[in-house]
Amino acid sequence: MTSDHQPGFSTLAIHAGAQPDPTTGARVTPIYQSTGFVFDDVEHAAALFGLQSFGNIYTRIGNPTQAVLEERVAALEGGTACLAVASGHAAQLIVFHTLMEPGDEFIAARQLYGGSVNQFTHSFKKFGWTAKFVDMDDISAFEKAVTPRTKAIFIESLANPGGRVSDIAAIAAVAKRAGVPLIVDNTMATPYLCRPIEHGANIVVHSLTKFMGGHGNSLGGAIVDAGNFDWSREGRYPALCEPRPDYSGMVLHETFGNFAFAIACRVLGLRDLGPCISPFNAFQILTGIETLPLRMQRHCDNALKVANYLSQHGEVEWVNYAGLPGDRHHGLAQTYLPKGAGAVFTFGVKGGYEAGVAVVSNVKLFSHLANIGDTRSLIIHPASTTHRQLSDAAKKSAGAGPEVIRLSVGIEDADDLIADLAQALAVAAKA
Amino acid sequence: MDHDHYADNYIRDLLDEVKTIAVVGASANAARPSFFVVRYLAQKGYDVYPVNPGHAGKQIAGCMTYASLGAVPVAIDMVDIFRNSEAALGVVQDALALQPLPKAIWMQLGVRNDEAAALAQEHGIKIVMNRCPKIEFGRLSGEIGWVGVNSRVLSSKRATLHGKGFQQLGLASRRDKP
Repeated sequence: MTSDHQPGFSTLAIHAGAQPDPTTGARVTPIYQSTGFVFDDVEHAAALFGLQSFGNIYTRIGNPTQAVLEERVAALEGGTACLAVASGHAAQLIVFHTLMEPGDEFIAARQLYGGSVNQFTHSFKKFGWTAKFVDMDDISAFEKAVTPRTKAIFIESLANPGGRVSDIAAIAAVAKRAGVPLIVDNTMATPYLCRPIEHGANIVVHSLTKFMGGHGNSLGGAIVDAGNFDWSREGRYPALCEPRPDYSGMVLHETFGNFAFAIACRVLGLRDLGPCISPFNAFQILTGIETLPLRMQRHCDNALKVANYLSQHGEVEWVNYAGLPGDRHHGLAQTYLPKGAGAVFTFGVKGGYEAGVAVVSNVKLFSHLANIGDTRSLIIHPASTTHRQLSDAAKKSAGAGPEVIRLSVGIEDADDLIADLAQALAVAAKA
Repeated sequence: MDHDHYADNYIRDLLDEVKTIAVVGASANAARPSFFVVRYLAQKGYDVYPVNPGHAGKQIAGCMTYASLGAVPVAIDMVDIFRNSEAALGVVQDALALQPLPKAIWMQLGVRNDEAAALAQEHGIKIVMNRCPKIEFGRLSGEIGWVGVNSRVLSSKRATLHGKGFQQLGLASRRDKP
């Protein structure tokens, strides 16, 4: 390929970061299931530990299989670099560990995935970090929540489970005025549907467990550095702009330029907190990513067919899917997700709690479980499972009212998915 | 010439062509990029000549340091500038006094001086500005992918092992076909 030719997304999904193994010629990226890597000599070891040479030391800090996954995800997102970690939660922990000091705050959309709300609200409190939650649709609320202690803004491109779409560019403008990075969780959209960096994001995080890996077989997370944030602004991000005592006084931003954030996440956060991805999981996710463009389009096409069907069904009260004309986020979906509005959405079944239980109990193809982004179609009734412990009022405000069912539409034949929901809704109607 | 975007082949050919590199503003402080670029380039087989008047006669990363470009005892193929953008013009003027002239002048990440670049180009000298040769070598060899950096290079050819070690890649195999 000539230098000026820009490869397309599907080509990057297969080739970015990978080339035949230099010693064996293996064409597929091998699973380097090794904890450590021999040094060429003492000098080489010293250069690696001092961050003066590129190379492998120990799998908690990096691994050659993981490295291919990292370069692949960075390329797909249009970032300068990436760090792959054990899970989406680990990615968030390391991002905030790199940005925050005790007493600092960040602003987050209220409609985030419940697991993120839990992590931000409860576990982060122990580090002295405060999350201030605002409504994702209210841009002025982001603006008003900024204080001198604000260190970041965190949103999801496509929110889980509501299927709501963030106005990334508008929120990026708020972050820019505040002088803080915008972090976008792009798990539900994947870079095939939306590339947040093109809309002003500074950091992108992923649970690779979902559509990126796509087969429901391996956990993983990723942090992508957009390379477009000025970390040297006085005193605000000491991990990046102050001399590191643990690296002989090296200043990471000065040394690593536009991929310094990804390096800081690796050589400080991952090194010290430890949630590394296993080489085997990295391999599985890499294989999954090769078919991401094909799978994601099919996921979206199927989801639109299923959502259309449900929206016309007599036993269904409402459908929240930004792919449907008339949905309140349809306009934003057309701006940010023109190829499809993802494959996870909620609908309300008539008959409330009992009807909801009846639907999830009577499906035969949909699997009743708490994950999303599998080839298989998945279903869950939050009120009787993930949100069971909440009061009725709390359930409702979390979008987990008694009638709510969440689907993650897979890549089976859409007709079979519709037939399965039809028979389950028929059983529920009789119950 | 567009100094915001350099073609990969331009950089690769330049790094292939040069054998002796003078690093102006090299530091003896091991935590500074101006130290470990010297070390990295020497590791890649280049003959590196640090230039730093305060450190002349002593070694930086195993390479003998000289007080000025003119004091370097061999023909210099490339001058790598670790000074601020303003000072780059003076370094280029010094470089133009060398016999023979260097083939290339490289200004480090953050260093850009268009006047100096134009002056060098008038003398047929290749210019790279606002880049780091260590990062570019790492990117074009594929080594930089080991730390998760997007090399923006796709290749179905094996990476080339470089030197005696396991963890050293060279530039040869990722060259674009004409």
